[in-house]
Amino acid sequence: MTENKPKASEEQLAYAGVLNIGMWVGLALLVVTFIIYVSGALPSYVPIEKLSEIPQGSNVPYWGMRAHEFNEAFKVPHGWGWVSLVGKGDYLNFVGIAMLGGLSILCYLVILPILIRKRDTPYVVIAILEVAVLTLAASGILKAGGH
Amino acid sequence: MSNSKGLLKIFIAAVCLIALFMSLPAFGSEAQEAVKEAVAETAPASTTPWWVWPLVLFVVTFVLGILAVLGGVGGGVLFVPIIGGFFPFNIDFVRGAGLLVALAGALAAGPGLLKRNLASLRLALPVALIASAAAIVGAMIGLALKPNVVNILLGATILFIVAIMALAKKSDFPKVPNPDKVSQALHITGIYREESIGKDVEWNVHRTPQGLALFIIIGIMAGMFGLGAGWANVPVLNLLMGAPLKISVATSKFLLSITDTSAAWVYLNQGAVLPMIVVPSIVGIMLGSIVGVKILAKAKPKAIKWMVIGLLLFAGTRALLKGLEIWK
Repeated sequence: MTENKPKASEEQLAYAGVLNIGMWVGLALLVVTFIIYVSGALPSYVPIEKLSEIPQGSNVPYWGMRAHEFNEAFKVPHGWGWVSLVGKGDYLNFVGIAMLGGLSILCYLVILPILIRKRDTPYVVIAILEVAVLTLAASGILKAGGH
Repeated sequence: MSNSKGLLKIFIAAVCLIALFMSLPAFGSEAQEAVKEAVAETAPASTTPWWVWPLVLFVVTFVLGILAVLGGVGGGVLFVPIIGGFFPFNIDFVRGAGLLVALAGALAAGPGLLKRNLASLRLALPVALIASAAAIVGAMIGLALKPNVVNILLGATILFIVAIMALAKKSDFPKVPNPDKVSQALHITGIYREESIGKDVEWNVHRTPQGLALFIIIGIMAGMFGLGAGWANVPVLNLLMGAPLKISVATSKFLLSITDTSAAWVYLNQGAVLPMIVVPSIVGIMLGSIVGVKILAKAKPKAIKWMVIGLLLFAGTRALLKGLEIWK
């Protein structure tokens, strides 16, 4: 005997479908690019062995520095500037990270037409606003102060 | 009997690992003094080879992944205080990694929870909008604060979480006599199959405006400390808004995939993400979670819950004392 279990809505299933594929692709990318990074198959922008070294005049290793000090020390580009360094082993890892970070935006864009077709106006507005918020966060426009 | 043996093994392994980290050269005030002396002289390099850290990080996060599942907490809430307190990484990079750890866990769990109708998109979307916007603000505040201040606030937050975990009650099926106007306007309602009683359960929520207001604070804290926020999401969804416990837990987990995304982008764009910390942590926590789920099916994890509370108490105290420069 089969019972009819309550089913998830169309947009919920669509969201889950995109999330599922994107998540596995993102994680696989993350692992593959990390192997490339630590194996030294591609040269790193910041040499791996440097990370644990303590620079002259400091009492902490490079990875113990604040983010903005680390970025200054190695002249790391801000925001999406890492894209220009994607040929380097360390910054290649950012492809998988960015993919995982962009996945939710993609999922919202996928369910938006479904919500529009259903004339679910409040959720259309919410979805558009969420895409705007996540895009703003991803844009690199926002700057946090450093010390 | 075999369950208790298994739990004992996990406990011993966790204690041994923590003892191992504490004994590594970069830990403790003695080690820091030694490092200072070394710098004052000539040696520019750490005595520990670089590859030791990602390896140890992987092992630790693997254990944390097991403990997180058995203790019913997210990986991020264990990750940030423990890795921040006992590894030589700056708290900026630890928080960036913590957000990505929580994000990866939420992304992995999300599809299954949505398909099984346990995570509710209708409940999550309005909450996510508020929380993700607030998380951006939290991330910007967190990156602007001095590390000492972050550690003090982090320690206080972790100790608060310990109190919530130890004291807060949960309600499987809260009564919602009158759904509020906002939840009615947004049709925040649902039905799911409760396998434990073999019935379909209809649910509604109430006190939506109050709940949404609290998610501003939760979002800010998630972004500021990189903790994930399941520890706060679940009580608000379950106890305040009246969603059934399973819906609250599942929706909370899914919610992190959106909330943490916005904060993680801020950390990424500010250069506070190091792949050497992020990737071993994500892989370790996820593999640990898979093992944890298998153990969970057989074990009664109440003892583990108290062990996690103890671990958080220790890590929270460590962060607080580190921030106050009492235990450097």
